[in-house]
Amino acid sequence: MLFFLCFALFLIGLYCVLIKKNLLKIVMGIIIMEYSVNLFLIMVGYKAGAVAPIVTAGVEKANFVDPLPQALVITAIVIGIATLALMVALCMRVYDRYKTFDITKIRRLRG
Amino acid sequence: MTLIVKVIARVVSPLIMVFGIYMILHGHLSPGGGFPGGVIIASAFVLLTLSSGKEVAYQKLKESTAAVMESVGALIFLILAVLGTIFGGWFFLNFLPKGEPLRLLSGGFIPLCNIGVGLKVGGGIFAVFLTLILFRLSEKGEGD
Amino acid sequence: MPEIELYLLITLMIVGALVAVHTRYLISAVISLAVVGMALAVAFLYMQAPDIAITQIVVEVLALVILIIAVSIGKEVMDIKGKWEILAIGVTAPFVVIFALFAYRATSQLPPFGSPLMTVSQHYVQEGLKQTGSANLVTSILLDFRAYDTLGEATILFTAILGAFAVLRKIGRKGK
Repeated sequence: MLFFLCFALFLIGLYCVLIKKNLLKIVMGIIIMEYSVNLFLIMVGYKAGAVAPIVTAGVEKANFVDPLPQALVITAIVIGIATLALMVALCMRVYDRYKTFDITKIRRLRG
Repeated sequence: MTLIVKVIARVVSPLIMVFGIYMILHGHLSPGGGFPGGVIIASAFVLLTLSSGKEVAYQKLKESTAAVMESVGALIFLILAVLGTIFGGWFFLNFLPKGEPLRLLSGGFIPLCNIGVGLKVGGGIFAVFLTLILFRLSEKGEGD
Repeated sequence: MPEIELYLLITLMIVGALVAVHTRYLISAVISLAVVGMALAVAFLYMQAPDIAITQIVVEVLALVILIIAVSIGKEVMDIKGKWEILAIGVTAPFVVIFALFAYRATSQLPPFGSPLMTVSQHYVQEGLKQTGSANLVTSILLDFRAYDTLGEATILFTAILGAFAVLRKIGRKGK
């Protein structure tokens, strides 16, 4: 049931990208999809009753959660902010040229 | 921004940077590493820009210097990888000696790699933030 | 129920996302996204991942700042109402519902929550401290066992930032 709730969050983001007409709302929908995917990856690697994967003094072999999805998600979060910066730069250029954020009015590709 | 915000931001911003450097250097002992440490260093400069205006932040770190910082971080990472090929068998071989665990100088070349990654992430994110601010200010036609 | 906190956190995230989608003021949508991000950081902490909670909080704050810069450049502060809104919702909602039904069948085939398979990570957990010498297992995977993926991530960061520079250039554009 938890996995399905996480996927429902992804579907909310997808709905926002498909329906909305404001360019910034579409960007926010993409961010919601990124959050849900990172949450899903960590949920797959969770082990009930285990501790964080950091070896402390004196304790050698404890019960650790899965460290591999955590390594992937750290890079995914930082890549997410770089793509957000690129998307916002593109939105600024579009506003500079067309003076609106409405996607139904941004039509012609003027050379 | 009011005077209180400016003074407090100028006092707090070096502390944030020290925390970011601590997180980069202790990446192999406690949670953190190169990625959060680099973003924390970038957010120290972002705090300066938001509170005191872009002139003050521009004096401390120009955007061209931030771009150079990013490239230097990537070069450190790549040179360490190629040195692994020269000293051992394969790409990214851990060629420095691994000390005893839970010391600062342990883990081979992992602290050096963390420094490279931290410089890259921090410099890159601050450079793109400053570019967004400059573009917006120049198209509105007013200073800040 | 054993993981009641996680259920509450994900419900908070879903409510926050729904508010962010449907509200008409753009600033309110940005603040709702902040709520979703903070609840996500607490959920990461609950699932014993402190590295990721730190990264999520710091990146979330910077993403908020960038989004507020983006919202403040336009003159319009409210969302735009289209003409064919009812038709758009009527076409998209059944698609989303069918997608959700198939997803429910697919996610019930995954291993149950709280007992992962860990076929690859057993080797990393057992050999991690001996072969790399670093106490943080996540860092040892990122920078020693799978350093090639970190090189790929550095390339993606470089390319995205270079793209942002190239889009926002002032000199070298003809005409404008």
